Amino acid sequence: MKVIVCIKQVPDTKGGVKFNPDGTLDRAAMLAIMNPDDKAGLEAALRLKDKYNAEVTVLTMGLPKATDVLREALAMGADKAVLITDRVLGGADTWATSSTIAAGIRNLEYDLIITGRQAIDGDTAQVGPQIAEHLGIPVISYAQDIKIEGDKVVVQRQYDDRYHILEAKMPCLITALSELNDPRYMTPGGIFDAVKAEITTWGRADLKDLDDANIGLAGSPTKIAKASDKVRKGAGEKIVPDSPEEGVDYIVGKLKDKHVI
Amino acid sequence: MNLEEYKGVFVFAQQVDNQISGISYELLGKAKELAEPLNTDVTAVLIGSGVKDLADSLAEYGADRVIVVDDPELKEYRTEPYAHALASVINEFKPDIMLVGATAIGRDLGPTVSARVATGLTADCTVLNIGDFPLQAIPGQEDKQKHNQLLMTRPAFGGNTIATIACPNNRPQMATVRPGVMQKIDPIKGAKANVVEFNPGFTPNNRYVTIKEVVKAVSDTVDIMDAKILVSGGRGVGSPENFKILEDLAKAIGGTVSCSRAVVDSGWKPKDLQVGQTGKTVRPNVYFAIGISGAIQHVAGMEESDIIIAINKDEDAPIFDVADFGIVGDLNKIVPELTEKIKAELANK
Repeated sequence: MKVIVCIKQVPDTKGGVKFNPDGTLDRAAMLAIMNPDDKAGLEAALRLKDKYNAEVTVLTMGLPKATDVLREALAMGADKAVLITDRVLGGADTWATSSTIAAGIRNLEYDLIITGRQAIDGDTAQVGPQIAEHLGIPVISYAQDIKIEGDKVVVQRQYDDRYHILEAKMPCLITALSELNDPRYMTPGGIFDAVKAEITTWGRADLKDLDDANIGLAGSPTKIAKASDKVRKGAGEKIVPDSPEEGVDYIVGKLKDKHVI
Repeated sequence: MNLEEYKGVFVFAQQVDNQISGISYELLGKAKELAEPLNTDVTAVLIGSGVKDLADSLAEYGADRVIVVDDPELKEYRTEPYAHALASVINEFKPDIMLVGATAIGRDLGPTVSARVATGLTADCTVLNIGDFPLQAIPGQEDKQKHNQLLMTRPAFGGNTIATIACPNNRPQMATVRPGVMQKIDPIKGAKANVVEFNPGFTPNNRYVTIKEVVKAVSDTVDIMDAKILVSGGRGVGSPENFKILEDLAKAIGGTVSCSRAVVDSGWKPKDLQVGQTGKTVRPNVYFAIGISGAIQHVAGMEESDIIIAINKDEDAPIFDVADFGIVGDLNKIVPELTEKIKAELANK
């Protein structure tokens, strides 16, 4: 069985967001990590490798420095790594990104594709389903459990108030939730091998069956009209009471003023 | 693509178990606002099996027309027959704008459909309005500025930045919106829907998955998105047992307990009580943030609350930057006493 895992290198928005003096996001100062949902997807794939001897290929699209997350994936146990990188692919929205990644995947053999549900920088949850759409295969989003039964996958798919147990014939695409599992650590031997491992790198010319009208900034249907730092409402009052009673009286007074009680 | 052919504001009217989801009414409320400057009308797209009877309730909340796609294949949500249904409606009726709820269904359906009809999709929008793109015309190229565009504003980078996005060259302009963000209108009681039935035909193919089992979560708790008062706890509460003091406060004031992501990650509370970027967006009348530091991802889910009261021992906690009333102090002392005082106040009424 051949499994492709799509991963993304993202700024770590959780572990301390850094700003430039002018108030813009200082991406250079922020740790670049493997997107958490993608890492859960990779772990799910590695468990299929442990159990069924699946071959696991990780694929990313990004700047050349995105090889860092590919090497991390190799050190965790992935077998092969592919980087799609080209200037003309930059500035892509989810449509252009998914068109490009789907074209890269067409160069590979696969039974199963796993992506994270969403990346913590954009939070769109769009690229996984859109890759499936471009490839004409079924998509199962929000997976919280994955099993293989013959040529089928059986997936627990989370909804707001329920879950479905779904069965799909492979090939298919699954988007993983970070709740799916606890990803393993890199092994010392894995790190040693990953440093030297060869990473397949594809540029625009290596991607067949991909229209120039569907790539990069120009091929993106959505356009950014404006981007700015979030303007938050200003802070209200803050008191440091001398006693809990004073604090309680303060709150009760405000609740009465506002006719809450 | 002849953009002029695309007209009207459409809403995907999500239903589950043949009950319209609240998000559908919220989207209709927004759609009505957007339709006004465009001088157009609002269409709800109702997809399911045996759902025609639900159309009138959509009219009550502002749908001028309801397109019903009714087929046995559409009984439970599955990506494929639903994507085929919605994409076929788009190709047949050519909407200018297509709004979808950013639910666990809509965030699967939206991207699949947008890729199928080859248009852009902006996820999890918090503000939608009609305006020009570019916002300011480029000098000398005034004639290239497009008017009456859907401007879609959304947070990114975990709520640290906001971006306004347009989709000037493709139609429909598609957006998903999280539940709890838009306001529904006061229902027009007794309104009757103008129903258009449409069935594009459903032939199962390789993309149809089989549902082997449906497991509904059993929950007797109030949905935190519907609560008027939320008593929300963070890691500072200290332990799952100590949530008791928050539950007592909630009970005294007629509220519901919710929590931050840290609490869910620690396994103290279930995920359906989580407020924030990866949880639920809430806008209660009163939001108590107790022992919550106020990470930006949390604030993104509650900052629209009418009154925010924060109790935290850390004077520099970022929650105080959004709180209307902040109290620096020990929650273990303040909260139980607050509960007693509120009980006493209410008893005196």
